[in-house]
Amino acid sequence: MSGAARADDHAHGHDHGGHGQDAHGHGSFKDYVTGFVLSVILTAIPFWLVMGNVIDDKLVTGVVILGLAVVQIVVHMIYFLHMNTKSEGGWTFLALIFTITLVLITLCGSIWVMHHLNTNMMPISAEEMRHAP
Amino acid sequence: MATHATHTLAGDRMSGADVPDFLDLEGEHHPEGSTMLGFWIYLMSDCLIFAVLFATYAVLGRSYAAGPSPNDLFDLPIVAVNTSMLLFSSITYGFAMLAMERDDLAKTQLWLAVTGLFGAAFVGLELYEFAHLIHEGATPQRSGFLSAFFTLVGTHGLHVTFGLIWLVTLMVQTRLRGLVPENKRRLMCLSMFWHFLDVIWIGVFTFVYLMGVLQ
Repeated sequence: MSGAARADDHAHGHDHGGHGQDAHGHGSFKDYVTGFVLSVILTAIPFWLVMGNVIDDKLVTGVVILGLAVVQIVVHMIYFLHMNTKSEGGWTFLALIFTITLVLITLCGSIWVMHHLNTNMMPISAEEMRHAP
Repeated sequence: MATHATHTLAGDRMSGADVPDFLDLEGEHHPEGSTMLGFWIYLMSDCLIFAVLFATYAVLGRSYAAGPSPNDLFDLPIVAVNTSMLLFSSITYGFAMLAMERDDLAKTQLWLAVTGLFGAAFVGLELYEFAHLIHEGATPQRSGFLSAFFTLVGTHGLHVTFGLIWLVTLMVQTRLRGLVPENKRRLMCLSMFWHFLDVIWIGVFTFVYLMGVLQ
């Protein structure tokens, strides 16, 4: 490869790199600070709810902190991972949707099946328990 | 012998001008866009690993085998400090990326170093917690709950540890080569990896620690 061709190639590579960055996006200082402040708040509230025993009903507390976790994950996705529906021509978003589908099937399926397995299990006596492997 | 081999290789390259060269050793034809998409797909597959570990924890998390429960073991103030360490490291990595965009090598390295310190503090606190648990007899072999707990949290900690190794490697790389496009690409990949681990940690502190203590 001649020197000129190499230089040309490098220039092309560099240009492409710049384009890739534009397409991907980095977010601004404001984006990062917004995301950080939001996630500090969204972290502090669940810790406060659990450590301070703010809500008497534990089920309600559980649902609230799970909801806050979902919101915080979305905040991180948008402000830190710069997720949007357009980056890479929508392919990252499509991969994300596919992954979320698989994760939900894995989680809900495992919990559902194993819960039923547990409730339908034959009761085990103390004697059997002692001789269990 | 070595000289001969080199000579043959060079000869092959010269004679085979019309043969397509698939081994791009110089890395000059590295399409940037596909790297980011490929790395994203890696992260998504990593997400599936964690989904399986979370499912395992969800199933086994209440199987104490007459051993200690989360309420007996978990120390929420330490978890809160740990969470803030990871959160701080996320924004400092963001600042490193902003400095990288301005081609400010010194600031990039400074923020990378700060990120590394927060990350190391996180891993250190987690190891301290693990050592404490094992010292109390709450080892992974104790119960199904503890096996699932150590596997899930340990896998996350291992990811952070490898992220730290990667971070130090990139600090050396940028020091040697500067902020060339290749290094920027690598820093962008690590950025996604690091923020991704923070996302996983949200699931861990909510689902494992907070909901564990809540029971």
